[in-house]
Amino acid sequence: MDTPVNKKKLSLKEKYSYLTRDLAWEPSYQSKEDLFPYATYEGIKVHDWEKWEDPFRLTMDAYWKYQAEKERKFYAIIDAFAQNNGHLKITDARYLSALKIFLQAISPGEYAAHKGFARAGREFPGVGPQVACQMQAIDEIRHAQTQIHAMSNYNKFYSGFHAFADQRDRIWYTSVARSFFDDAMSAGPFEFMIAIGFSFEYVLTNLLFVPFMSGAAYNGDMSTVTFGFSAQSDEARHMTLGLECIKFMLEQDPANVPIVQKWIDKWFWRGFRVLGLVSTMMDYMLPKRVMSWREAWNIYGEENGGALFNDLARYGIRPPKGWADAGEAVDHMSHQFMLALYQWNFGTAFHTWIPSDEDMEWLSKKYPDTFDKYYRPRWEHIKKMDEAGTPFNNFGLAKLCQTCQLPTVFTEPGDPSTLCHRETEYKGETYQFCSDHCCDIFNEEPEKYIQAWLPMPALFQDPLNGDLEAWMKWVSLENGSDNGDYQGSHDQTSFQKWRAMTTSN
Amino acid sequence: MSTVFIAFQTNEETRPIIEAIELDNPSATVHQEPAMVKIDAPDELVIRRETIEEQIGREYDLQELQVNLITMSGHLTEDEDTFTLSWK
Repeated sequence: MDTPVNKKKLSLKEKYSYLTRDLAWEPSYQSKEDLFPYATYEGIKVHDWEKWEDPFRLTMDAYWKYQAEKERKFYAIIDAFAQNNGHLKITDARYLSALKIFLQAISPGEYAAHKGFARAGREFPGVGPQVACQMQAIDEIRHAQTQIHAMSNYNKFYSGFHAFADQRDRIWYTSVARSFFDDAMSAGPFEFMIAIGFSFEYVLTNLLFVPFMSGAAYNGDMSTVTFGFSAQSDEARHMTLGLECIKFMLEQDPANVPIVQKWIDKWFWRGFRVLGLVSTMMDYMLPKRVMSWREAWNIYGEENGGALFNDLARYGIRPPKGWADAGEAVDHMSHQFMLALYQWNFGTAFHTWIPSDEDMEWLSKKYPDTFDKYYRPRWEHIKKMDEAGTPFNNFGLAKLCQTCQLPTVFTEPGDPSTLCHRETEYKGETYQFCSDHCCDIFNEEPEKYIQAWLPMPALFQDPLNGDLEAWMKWVSLENGSDNGDYQGSHDQTSFQKWRAMTTSN
Repeated sequence: MSTVFIAFQTNEETRPIIEAIELDNPSATVHQEPAMVKIDAPDELVIRRETIEEQIGREYDLQELQVNLITMSGHLTEDEDTFTLSWK
């Protein structure tokens, strides 16, 4: 028998140090400035990269081990879902509208985040963030892939899933998420980390993934819960990285504080606008709802964000400038956005509908101060128009905000009966905005935002020249199948027919 | 006082982990939500490897938590024996 050898096991800290810090080297024939040319122009001062502590201390070998396990679990469930006609177990095919928005607007954002982190990992001079960004870049591409794989099963049966890439590039409501990521990717590496790592991951993804995915489970959608929670298991690490990055910047030099504060103000509001889509998915598109957007905001926005900003106060950081306005808007945004999506539903690659009496009861209970007063009367009016055979479609186009790219459908803070609209002039051109905060963001960097691609002007340019039918073709929207009211749609009739077949012969 | 939290997928792997967390954190509140369990605690929450090992009857590496983790809040400190979230 061999004598057992006593191998000394490395501590987590030592292992992390060997497999991370020791991967770095001092350049000998190139200067550090030439190797990392984007590390200083944003004005962030770093004195000691060694101070960067990754609290998860995850090394590449452990990373691959756990990620492989997550993938095996994920694909086992996705296979089972397809084999057992899982798509017929969802509560109602209305639910699919939320998934279509997710696929068209959010999944491409995962891919954009992948590109951004791959770049940030290359541009940071410290090895701690290099390794963490590399892992996150791989996570993000995994998220995009698993989401597309999971939802491809629905594409076999339902409309609106077939052209998400074209719709990401060209349709109007996805450009809010697209422009958010484009804006982040065209910023420097430190701002990118505040945009995605901190604002999006730490402050906002809980609102997207946690109650919405729990909602997917509640609505019988096993495949979405699976990709959602599989992605979310990486998010905990991403949030930690975002928080670590902001602490690192604030601790390195007091001169970093005002720069970081400005980015927090900007990226909180940019992210909050992206969440307008999510608020509508949660309040209107889940047939069975776990919690309202307001309740989710109270837990993950007010309480969690509040704890975070309390903590950051010791560095001289205050809550983002739009914080109070956001808190007020939470009682209105899902209603205002669903009304917008409904009236322009000839141009959406998903279905909308007039909320049922039961839905409206729920909304009025969840929004006691706003729904009955401001939104129920509008839905009742729209319902009457529909019953009279003249459904409300708005063939006029709203002004688009030059910053967040949403149509200007939101109302003034303190006055929910007046549309909020701002404009500014720059080099002889007039630009439109949905809010003071988006206008302020533009004024900080006008040369950046005047270059923004906006979806509505594309309709009026050559070769479309305002031709709606040609526009639909260009955005890969199947008129009469992908768009319009859920009542009478292919999705509705197919789902009812197939579901009936599961319980009878 | 600020709340820290951690959430896990509801499954057989996390059930004993959640029991271990409840044992080590008497002030924690456990919320059962569809497909997930969220645990809130005032200011600090500690997850101990030893307590989990007693619950599951085998050796446990705290990094295994990541497989079923959904989200968390607070500053994280991790070593071989403990996984701590805090707002302190």
